[in-house]
Amino acid sequence: MTTLETLTAEEITEIDHEIALVPFRKAAAIEALKIVQQHRGWVSDESLRAIAGHLEISPDELDSVATFYNLVFRQPVGRNVILLCDSISCYVMGYEKIYGYLRDRLHIGFGETTPDGRFTLLPNACLGTCDRAPALMINNELFRDLTEARLDEILDGYH
Amino acid sequence: METPLTRHISFDRPPYNLSDYEKTGGYQALRKALTAMGPADITKTVQESDLKGRGGAGFNTGMKWSFVPMTGDHPIKYLICNADEMEPGTFKDRMLMEGNPHQLIEGMIISAFAIQANISYIFLRWAYKKAARLLRHAIDEAYAAGYLGKNILGTGYNLEMYLHTGVGRYICGEETALLNALEGKRATPRTKPPFPQISGLFGKPTIVNNVETFCNIPHIINNGPDWFKSLGGGSDAGTKIYGISGRVKRPGLWELPMGVTMRELIEVHAGGMANGYGFRGALPGGASTDFLVKEHLDVKLDFKSVAAAGSRLGTGTMIILDDHTCPVGFVHNLEHFFAQESCGWCTPCREGLPWTEKILLSIERGEGRLEDLQLLDMHTRFLGPGNTFCALAPGAMEPLQSALKYFREDFEKHINQKKCPWR
Ligand code: SF4
Ligand code: FES
Repeated sequence: MTTLETLTAEEITEIDHEIALVPFRKAAAIEALKIVQQHRGWVSDESLRAIAGHLEISPDELDSVATFYNLVFRQPVGRNVILLCDSISCYVMGYEKIYGYLRDRLHIGFGETTPDGRFTLLPNACLGTCDRAPALMINNELFRDLTEARLDEILDGYH
Repeated sequence: METPLTRHISFDRPPYNLSDYEKTGGYQALRKALTAMGPADITKTVQESDLKGRGGAGFNTGMKWSFVPMTGDHPIKYLICNADEMEPGTFKDRMLMEGNPHQLIEGMIISAFAIQANISYIFLRWAYKKAARLLRHAIDEAYAAGYLGKNILGTGYNLEMYLHTGVGRYICGEETALLNALEGKRATPRTKPPFPQISGLFGKPTIVNNVETFCNIPHIINNGPDWFKSLGGGSDAGTKIYGISGRVKRPGLWELPMGVTMRELIEVHAGGMANGYGFRGALPGGASTDFLVKEHLDVKLDFKSVAAAGSRLGTGTMIILDDHTCPVGFVHNLEHFFAQESCGWCTPCREGLPWTEKILLSIERGEGRLEDLQLLDMHTRFLGPGNTFCALAPGAMEPLQSALKYFREDFEKHINQKKCPWR
């Protein structure tokens, strides 16, 4: 099996589009990681090797990039990723209560996934909506002015 | 009071599309810049307006542009909008991008023309999904209308614009680290010199400016440097997007003349402290600025006055420390952030920030010793300016050193009572 076989035709088309925009292949590394993560939810060792092969760099070099960024997932995540802001304005406005509530209800802490694969809970630096703190994001959806009371309703929207 | 940046922003209706924007005078400045002014003229006008960078550092924008080589053989130059905005407590650029995306794009095209760049990027933080959607749409509209692409307005000038979304790392907001991120590498900062104006993205001359900075450009071109200067109320030109988060009645953002006082911002615009909460201090411009306290309430929020009071205007978005929040917990939260976001390139920062964080955590838990305060003092010096590769570590020390100065008794209380008095 060559390493290239693990990237789908669709992924390769998207990555090649990014490569065409930059002066050398390697410069598309982050975009390539994002593309594969978009398709597969996370970047496994196998995917990483395949991307590295396509970019013509070593897997180690690509991994040093992948592990640098907070939102490249090198471990599987659940169907829905909860990013809870743990930065200063949310701290002042009570993010710890929100965290406590999520922990109690989902029985997971930061960095963990529910056994049914429904949620992964991650801490996240400032979501840039500090005037409406505390805030969290689930997948691409932003929720602000959080209260414990609203959390149930929010979580129920994700399966 | 004039509010050029936000006059056309209202979240009660969808943001302006191209034709709405044109109806309010949009892209007139671009026409003027490209047809009636030359690159040198634009740079000079911006320099004379005394527009200082709104990303935190406060350097004269036109001056920065003037370092880009305009003679000789430079077929490729880049212009980049730093829309990373990951400083905790800072949320102003979101409003500008979501509220009026064409204003940013017009400002970028004029700026790119001034330095004769043919490729531009918006480096947007990943969390700004709505801004990404709106910017993408606005960029497409600008291409379709001939404001981007080949032969803009028939002048022979070409510019491509790309939207790049980050994958989450605070250090990407540092100008040279951002360049590395765009090159697909780890976002560690680069040595200066060479400055990016000479050797930036892919080794080519590059200008990086903040969103709010670019948004000012069309207005300066339309109305001139004197008009821009007359907008400011303190020692700085123009208006500023100020913001407040924390326990105030109305947290939010306001465009006000540069140099509004802290008191006016808190008491008038934010409606004062929330019921039952008192004011103890504030970080005037994001997580990496020194605390100002009650005695500073009449300080004008411009670059010079805030510096004279011992802090930095930074991004102009203020985080309030109220009298129900533990100052040690507050600073611990900040240092946790900085320790986590250290890029790890240089030892003092990589090792010193987690150490600082641990000490603060133990004090907060009631397990601290008085000697710890000396250790913290030591860190504020060893991680201070000049001892690390970039400004992240010194920035991290600003809230800490000022907290040790203004709230020392709170630290001592934790240690003496062997618990957090606030919990
Ligand atoms: S000060 Fe910190 S963030 Fe800056 S280069 Fe050193 S390790 Fe990286
Ligand atoms: S601190 Fe939570 S959104 Fe900014």
